[in-house]
Amino acid sequence: MSVFDGLKFRKVYSPIHNLDPRMKFVYVCAMFVAAIIFGELIPLIALFLMPIPFVVLAGVQKEWLRSLRGAAFLAGFIFIINVATSFFYSGNVLTAVDVENAAAMTLRFVVLVESFSVFFLTTSPDHLGLALEQSRVPYEFAFAFTTAVRFVPVLAEEAQTIMDAQKARGLELEKGGILKRIRNYVPILIPLIVSAIRRSLELAEAMESRAWGATKKRTNLYALRLRRGDFALLAITVGLLVVAVYVRLYVPIPAVTQFL
Amino acid sequence: MIEVENLHFRYPSGVEALKGVSLIIKKGEFVAIMGQNGAGKTTLVKHFNGLLKPSEGTVRVDGVETTKTSVAALSRNAGFVFQNPDHQLFSETVEEEISFALKNFGFDEETIEKRITWALNLLALAQYRKTSPFLLSGGERKRVALASVLAWNPETLILDEPTIGQDYQQKEKLRQFIVQMQTQGKTVVIVTHDVEFVAECNPRVLLMKDGGVVADGEGREILTTPEVLAQSSIVLPQIAQVFLKLESLGLPKDVIDVYEAKEIVLKNLEKRRK
Ligand SMILES: Nc1ncnc2c1ncn2[C@@H]1O[C@H](COP(=O)(O)OP(=O)(O)OP(=O)(O)O)[C@@H](O)[C@H]1O
Ligand SMILES: [Mg+2]
Repeated sequence: MSVFDGLKFRKVYSPIHNLDPRMKFVYVCAMFVAAIIFGELIPLIALFLMPIPFVVLAGVQKEWLRSLRGAAFLAGFIFIINVATSFFYSGNVLTAVDVENAAAMTLRFVVLVESFSVFFLTTSPDHLGLALEQSRVPYEFAFAFTTAVRFVPVLAEEAQTIMDAQKARGLELEKGGILKRIRNYVPILIPLIVSAIRRSLELAEAMESRAWGATKKRTNLYALRLRRGDFALLAITVGLLVVAVYVRLYVPIPAVTQFL
Repeated sequence: MIEVENLHFRYPSGVEALKGVSLIIKKGEFVAIMGQNGAGKTTLVKHFNGLLKPSEGTVRVDGVETTKTSVAALSRNAGFVFQNPDHQLFSETVEEEISFALKNFGFDEETIEKRITWALNLLALAQYRKTSPFLLSGGERKRVALASVLAWNPETLILDEPTIGQDYQQKEKLRQFIVQMQTQGKTVVIVTHDVEFVAECNPRVLLMKDGGVVADGEGREILTTPEVLAQSSIVLPQIAQVFLKLESLGLPKDVIDVYEAKEIVLKNLEKRRK
């Protein structure tokens, strides 16, 4: 469940935490675009390294590393699939270029996870809701979204308890072949989903009985305003996009294998 | 037999939930673990079937250290019913729910069938055999969870808050069932906040506070000592409160059971009339 740990927000104050979530979101989108337009290893390494100053500045290194470790399993899976596909495709030969391509694909996934994780690690759910509201998203949707984000850690904890409860009834997760192992997760997923649904229904009832939505026009105590740091981030974002597009169009990117 | 020696446990988040607990629960004993929210009760009992492993110290079950064996193996002998039934129900019918553990432990078809019927009758669930557990009420779901563990008839039974949401009749049945387990020489450990329930059963009481055991002794003794209970924010059972006040009239102070109380009061009143 360590993937979820990488999304868990902890309240601290840092220049990164104080940035406007809308700007951070635009930045994450730019990272996404950049990661998608490059399939080569070298630019992806650069993209991977880019958020590190942000992480250090925000002081969330530990959580960030944990989320990367959580993504490691899936990343390994992607790498193996890629290597295997090109291996069988090219008639059972494996070249260094194939491996490099597989590594690039894997790193692309890691970059996506990484930027998402940095975003959620440094953005409080409340801020996020505020940002949605100020972007004219109807309050119902903004609320649903922030509630969902807020419940992710709760869900992760619950998954752990459910696993314990089923293990105590003799369930052995690591037993059997691949198919059996997947099926082993049914007794964990069903209670998790059912209790999540049950909880959301109860939450809805509890909120309605406390007059949720009674006032049509809502006002906020805090309003988000763009500050200097936000414009700096915007500049970085635009710079990133411009450089990425320019490199993509006009610069031939060497493969790492050429240097070997 | 469960032997706990200088047990410390720290959650990954850094919370030290147990700070040096040592105790021995003998085979056939009936123990109630009490104490305020967050005292570490659930954390402690999760060590009894290996769900949690000590950060420091040892836990031995029947002589075997829990770090040296699997949860599944330990669970065969130590049935654990969780606080919240919704954390384990997943089957389409109550019947299948109960058969889940039995299948995991490799019982044969015939035995499974017999055990299901036995457990359903025991917990007054027979009419729900083919019902989806998700359609039952909270108290009924709790009973299905109980039935699904009782079904494999483990030597030790660990119940986390078994009386929550149960009506009086069901509680009484649960009490009788525990008594019955006792006569079969089985060990029962319950975690509970229900002072009245504990008073009626009169088990050995372990009082916890802030990750440690602050009192350990006979229920009759602990539940009638206000100074000890106050440490764990537990109020005296009602009968004990009454008898504490009656002490000056020459009545015994350590009474917690309703039936015993009735006898004593009646006898005393008779004596006075004469
Ligand atoms: N999964 C967890 N991760 C981190 N800390 C936890 C976890 N579970 C419990 N704790 C902490 O450990 C301490 C003991 O918790 P525990 O669940 O054992 O209490 P309890 O005595 O069973 O309380 P209750 O009466 O509310 O059931 C608490 O401070 C709690 O916050
Ligand atoms: Mg508990």
